[in-house]
Amino acid sequence: MAVETPAAKPEGPPAPEEVRVGVYVCHCGLNIAGTVDCPAVARFAGTLPNVVRAVDNRYMCSDPGQEMLKKEIKEHRLNRVVVASCTPRLHEPTFRSAAEAAGLNRYLVEMANIREHCSWVHLREKEDATEKAKDLVRMAVSRASLLREQAEKTVPVRRSTLVIGGGVAGIQAALDLANAGYHVPLVERQPSIGGRMAQIDKTFPTMDCSICILAPKMSEAGRHKDIEILTNSEVAAVQGYVGNFTVTVHRTPRYVTKACTACGDCARACPVVAPNEFDMGLAARKAIYTPFAQAVPSTYSIDRNLCLNKGHVIACERCVEACQPKCIDWGQQPEDLQVEVGTIVVATGAGTFDPARLEEFGYRRLPDVITTLEFERLINAGGPTRGHLVRLSDHQEPKRVAFVQCVGSRDLRRGNPYCSNICCMETVKDALLIKEHWPDVAIDVYYMDIRAFGKGFEDLYRRAREEGVRFIRGIPGEVTPNGDGSLRLVGENTLLQERYREDYGMVILSIGLEPQADATTVQRVLTLSRSADGFFMEAHPKLQPVDTPTKGIFLAGTAESPKDIRDSVTQACAAASRANILMARGEISVEAITALVHDESCTGCGLCVKVCPYNAIRMEGEGKGRKARVIEAACAGCGTCGAECMFDAIEMRHFTDAQVYAQIDAATAEHADRKVVTFACNWCSYAGADFAGVSRMQYPPNIRIIRTMCSGRVSPRFVRYAFSRGAAAVLVSGCHLKDCHYINANSQTQRRMERLAEELKRKKIDPRRLRLEWFTAAEGQKFANTIKEMREVVVSVTTDEIQRGVAAYRGRLDGR
Amino acid sequence: MAVEALRPYDELVDEIVRSGGASLHLCYQCGVCTATCPWSEVRDVSLRKMLRLAQLGLGGLEGDFLWLCTTCRACVARCPRGVDVIEVISAARRFVTGMGMEPGPLKTVRGHLSDVGNPWGGDRGERLRWAEGLKVRPFKRGMDLLLFVGCTAAYDPRVREVARSIARVLEASGVTFGVLGNDETCCGDPALRIGDKDLFEALARQNLETFRRRGVDRVVAVSPHSYNVLKKEYPKLGAAPEVEHYTQLLARLVDEDRIPMRAGGGSVVTYHDPCYLGRHNGVYEEPRKVLESVPGVTLEEMGRTKANSLCCGGGGGRIFLETPANERFSTIRVAEAERTGANVLCSACPYCVLNLEDSAKTGAKGPLAVKDVAEVVAGALVT
Repeated sequence: MAVETPAAKPEGPPAPEEVRVGVYVCHCGLNIAGTVDCPAVARFAGTLPNVVRAVDNRYMCSDPGQEMLKKEIKEHRLNRVVVASCTPRLHEPTFRSAAEAAGLNRYLVEMANIREHCSWVHLREKEDATEKAKDLVRMAVSRASLLREQAEKTVPVRRSTLVIGGGVAGIQAALDLANAGYHVPLVERQPSIGGRMAQIDKTFPTMDCSICILAPKMSEAGRHKDIEILTNSEVAAVQGYVGNFTVTVHRTPRYVTKACTACGDCARACPVVAPNEFDMGLAARKAIYTPFAQAVPSTYSIDRNLCLNKGHVIACERCVEACQPKCIDWGQQPEDLQVEVGTIVVATGAGTFDPARLEEFGYRRLPDVITTLEFERLINAGGPTRGHLVRLSDHQEPKRVAFVQCVGSRDLRRGNPYCSNICCMETVKDALLIKEHWPDVAIDVYYMDIRAFGKGFEDLYRRAREEGVRFIRGIPGEVTPNGDGSLRLVGENTLLQERYREDYGMVILSIGLEPQADATTVQRVLTLSRSADGFFMEAHPKLQPVDTPTKGIFLAGTAESPKDIRDSVTQACAAASRANILMARGEISVEAITALVHDESCTGCGLCVKVCPYNAIRMEGEGKGRKARVIEAACAGCGTCGAECMFDAIEMRHFTDAQVYAQIDAATAEHADRKVVTFACNWCSYAGADFAGVSRMQYPPNIRIIRTMCSGRVSPRFVRYAFSRGAAAVLVSGCHLKDCHYINANSQTQRRMERLAEELKRKKIDPRRLRLEWFTAAEGQKFANTIKEMREVVVSVTTDEIQRGVAAYRGRLDGR
Repeated sequence: MAVEALRPYDELVDEIVRSGGASLHLCYQCGVCTATCPWSEVRDVSLRKMLRLAQLGLGGLEGDFLWLCTTCRACVARCPRGVDVIEVISAARRFVTGMGMEPGPLKTVRGHLSDVGNPWGGDRGERLRWAEGLKVRPFKRGMDLLLFVGCTAAYDPRVREVARSIARVLEASGVTFGVLGNDETCCGDPALRIGDKDLFEALARQNLETFRRRGVDRVVAVSPHSYNVLKKEYPKLGAAPEVEHYTQLLARLVDEDRIPMRAGGGSVVTYHDPCYLGRHNGVYEEPRKVLESVPGVTLEEMGRTKANSLCCGGGGGRIFLETPANERFSTIRVAEAERTGANVLCSACPYCVLNLEDSAKTGAKGPLAVKDVAEVVAGALVT
């Protein structure tokens, strides 16, 4: 059920006599007033067009300050407010709320950042700082005069959540949401839910039997009236937007009906034998099988890749003959289901590192070198050896066992650079399990660090040492087979500075977790971002750990990063809660900074669709009637489409082209040849400039920052206009390429600025006058250094040079 | 009261970090380098400890240890933190050599290189002795390629046989090649490994000028050490010709069926990957392809093969230094070769051939011939 945004009529700027701007210059104690002459700035503000009130105040954000603001708005019938104070990233919400309380629409408030971007970074240049503050106020007043009232739209939200992945995180999220009253389809690729936790023998630090604590949750999910378990299923496509997702789920048939009683007669009759994935290939299953005893749903499935019957040719019917309830059905077909949900939780889990990539450990070459996951299956009572720890080569019990830590983890060259979180405790637990059953087995753990960081972890580590498990610091260089079937490990005991040479019956490699092999497909289908380590990226590592940058989609479990069961469950509960908050009221409001298409100007070229990172624009209609349509709920307001459109057909609400041009005009009104017009994105580079301010990093006062939500908003036309106004230079800045808050919008910025640089070269304009730079919110020093470098450019640019830029672009407001 | 510096080698560390060894700081002492380093097999020495001491400005790389490294690259390949140990050692050697404190024999090598353009002290006018009796022509513009013979093949009586074999094989395959003769000067690798960067550059520029003047645009090197500097270091100094190792050229000739070989007696051959061909440059398959194309040859692999190969002990300047008999890696390697049942231990590097043959003569249990790949091919040529 899509919500159509009615095509709005283009609204021109408000008629001047209607606009009444109040300007409030904050002292912020001495933070601003110590450097900037605030009364002078206020006096200056009073001379600007549309300004009817200009006042300075000691602390605008304080209660008295806000009360004063509300009084002023009412008393002087203000319909626009400019607060010249700290960064809007700190107090825009404060002043917006104050304005709203006084009856003014919250979108009619503008701020001038004269603290982080001015007084704090020009501490010793008071005159220049004051001049810059005046410029910033002039820019703010120009923009404020063009601001319009905005109403935040509400979008209805479906009360159901799709959970992708049936491991413990997916199961937990599904249970929490279903118990809160939502309908939850749970999609799982395997024939049963349970995931990795079902494969593990015991959990740390409590040494609980893993499947024993998981199975009740699996059963509860299986019989819950509001959870629809879809096994043998994968998500093939996702359409729509937050609150209204339409998901295509592709189901592979089981060829076994619901009448199956899981008696197992069919499997006993089946002639095809193959390695069982659940037991890591250490045991066998048949072509008709149930993955493990506690499977949910409790039923058998036929693996058609192994079954002797291909296509419609039925050559073997032993299972059919053996089946008493007659529940084998060759007629089942794959199907595509359309599932309609409001939110999605991604709990697709993680894969494991394949240690065959490190030849020196001999994995697969030497049968007695196994991984910790294989060990879990061996030691599990339901596993291939009924819980007996035996060597795979001769089925004898090993007398000496070695664990090698960090295999494939913390390795820049040949593995994954990150620490996999669970391996230290996994090994400590495994060592204790061995000691529990076979106290005489000697166990050595070869490690770099033992990370026993969680609750109860240090205790478990101590218990392992008490039981006589030896911990030797120094990763072995090689595993070599001895003539007698034992394995030799060689390396340096770094704490003793001695070489070791030890023989073992079994070597267990503690492998790390890594993203699933199909992570790229999942990423594409769901428009997710991935962090540098390949796992799915959260919206903010500290403040939004389970949200994704795409509204309505949440993360839980190891899909987001390696973690243990407790943290997976915690994250699953968090994701369920976040989804609940979104869906609880049945509707959500959309911040009024979205894109708006003006039909009469739209030529239907479709370029905007191509650059939108959220697939939030659709083309509709045919021929001359073909127009772009923005799906407002999916639009994040980055502005990349607005910058791409060559026909001025897209208006970015609250960040219009006219407002940007007005700010450029104001910045270049006086002494343009000394100024660097700077574009900074709200999330990274503006924040980086703030950080430079907070750290009191000093830099020259030449720049004038214009804030946009994303660097993708910066059209080449803005840059050309700045040159036509005689600006010495232009700096365009944003997040680093992999870090864009709007997934990948800044790649458009790069493309545009590279093209523009070519154009400048052709017009013989000094290429140093346009700079593209990426900053993180923490790169305050880099920001300050960049401004220092830009000052060199400003100082060296000649009047002729400036004129050349003016001549090249004067009168070309349309930028074509 | 004597005051001791707390961190006496701070300047050494600063210098190391400044001149390319900054990755030293990344080391977190996991011990894999010690575990991998072949020196740990013959001596009680810890590379990890040396790096740790260096990190802390307490020494580690100022003494004898610094000159043990053969630059075999086994540690670099395995280090999980990406510490470029060879760069760190090279930077330390530049510092120490810069102060004139390198080991005596290496001082001599530097002297020879300056004097006569080769590390062995051989006469400049004797660089073509190896080619006596063969139709080897001086390089002229227009020839397919220049064969860069290198100093060890030019002067060492044993290795001269390798150069002769290569010349014979190329002649038989119809490849027109030339040599620079006495105009060839050392590729400069020994100077680089000893830490005399200026000397290296002087030698390299001399060769580059000769290449330019004589119109050389394709070079085939006999030694993997020459191949390595020609490929990686020479381009940093100016326009350099394309370069290949001779086994790569031979592999192509094998593909094109241009080497006329006859069936011979069967021999079991095992191939030792030279560090500068294998780990440094990833050339593993071509020499094996060439060996397997020789009729009658069966190729067996040793336990430690390809990227896991054990160094012969000759690189990093160590070919010029004495190693006690019980500390020679090549002796361990010969034992590994014998375990495969091979009767020929084959390699593709002059230093490997020298070291392995030495160890085979003194340490092999049975008759084990040591040959270069070219010698095996030349031995099978139709004459």
